[in-house]
Amino acid sequence: MEKLIEQFSLGLFFWQSVLFVALVLLLKKFAWKPILEAVNDREEGIKDALESAEAAKKEMQSLTADNQRILKEARAERDSLLKDAREIKEKIIAEAKEEAQEEASAIIDSAKAAIEVEKKAAISELKTQVAHLSIEIAEKVVKRELASKDDQLALVDKILGEVTLN
Amino acid sequence: MFLVSFVSMAQHHGNEHAQHAAKETEESGSSLKKDIKDFIGHHLLDSHDFGLFSYEDDHGKEIHFGAPLPVILFDSESGLNVFSSSKFHHGEEVAENNGSYFKLYHGKIYKTDAAGTISYDEHHHATNEKPLDFSITKNVAFIFLVGLFMFLVFTKMAKNYKTSALPKGFGRLLEPLILYVRDEIAIPNIGHKQYRKYMSYLLTVFFFVWIVNLLGLTPVGINVTNNIAVTLSLSLITYLLTTFTANKNYWKHIFWMPGVPTPMKFLLAPIELLGTIIKPFSLMIRLYANITAGHIVLMSIIGMMFIFKNWIGSPLSFGLAFALSLLELLVAALQAYIFTMLSALYFGSAVEEHDDH
Repeated sequence: MEKLIEQFSLGLFFWQSVLFVALVLLLKKFAWKPILEAVNDREEGIKDALESAEAAKKEMQSLTADNQRILKEARAERDSLLKDAREIKEKIIAEAKEEAQEEASAIIDSAKAAIEVEKKAAISELKTQVAHLSIEIAEKVVKRELASKDDQLALVDKILGEVTLN
Repeated sequence: MFLVSFVSMAQHHGNEHAQHAAKETEESGSSLKKDIKDFIGHHLLDSHDFGLFSYEDDHGKEIHFGAPLPVILFDSESGLNVFSSSKFHHGEEVAENNGSYFKLYHGKIYKTDAAGTISYDEHHHATNEKPLDFSITKNVAFIFLVGLFMFLVFTKMAKNYKTSALPKGFGRLLEPLILYVRDEIAIPNIGHKQYRKYMSYLLTVFFFVWIVNLLGLTPVGINVTNNIAVTLSLSLITYLLTTFTANKNYWKHIFWMPGVPTPMKFLLAPIELLGTIIKPFSLMIRLYANITAGHIVLMSIIGMMFIFKNWIGSPLSFGLAFALSLLELLVAALQAYIFTMLSALYFGSAVEEHDDH
């Protein structure tokens, strides 16, 4: 210890302190600060780049997922549209058929009705004519009353010959 | 763990060999041993000139290789004295400046008369007046060079970031270290909110101690961190930073420890207060002792190569020295790490924010 104290050099202590403090201050201004700042900036830059890459990746994933979902939805919509269209088509066809059937049967019915009406009219006309004819025959028969029986018969035949059955 | 056991083993071996060698070379090697011991002692000390090596020529004259450094002295009589250390002629001559005479004796400058007489007390310590010595010694010159080197390297690195986000050249090696200090030392110990204001100090101290330790291992071998003045300066800055950035919570834990009975609070306050000083003190001693011990052991083993002078001892010493050098490389980084780590820990305790204790 005594030797240590004896060896102690005030001059060296003084110069070392002066030099070291000056060195710290100078290096701080001209070296450590710029170096640490540059390194820090670089690290921040790398961190940011990594983060944004990660974010981009996530966005990409969500975009792909979105696309998939949209595609799926579109497909489902298309399917449902097609299904609807098919149903509508079938319905239209069925309706048309039904309508046609109905119309056809209505036409047939009306035709039948018309035929019936015509038939009835014909029958009634025939009846009328038969009545007229009977009355004419009766008239003529009455007009030629007192003639012979043979004449009467001949007359009936004659009248009958005149009447053409229609 | 392995390393620790290795060190103890190496030291054990070293001791054995040293004792063994001591017996063998009792007579012939005593002067060589003294030379080596002196050399180690001198290597660990600061000096007033930038000496690389020295040797004795055929006429027994010492030849020094190196450069003189400026000597700056404050003296009560003659005031400021500035002159070249070459005037001392490595302690052989008395230097004269402004009518005052100075002599270099055991690495220290003493004020003397024109003849250079040095008077001693009973413990053979010089009693001459010592002027305040602010000389640019070898260590001072060295830390200035290291400071300049660090400034150039790190400002160049900082400039690189202006043009590109990635480090270039030497920065590629330094950036992981800077990030290590930030992510493994500063943030875990100080916390996310507060760490920024200490980063400059932590980074500077880490690189300074590490570079100085590493360069201390080179053959130029100017070791700064084995000087108590340097480690004191560094730990004092840590202490001051801790003390002046501390928050209320820190002082409360020192003077009025919450959660303990009142008598204990009175007992704990001086202990805690002492603790604040012991912490940086331990920083100072740890760095100083580790580096000094490493150098003494390493140089002793290298010195043993010259003592053994046989086919077994010298290569063994060389192998040991080589292994120990590798270990010292690790210690150089480790001590820088520990100093920074503990500083960060103390800063962390100073700015800690919680009331539940």
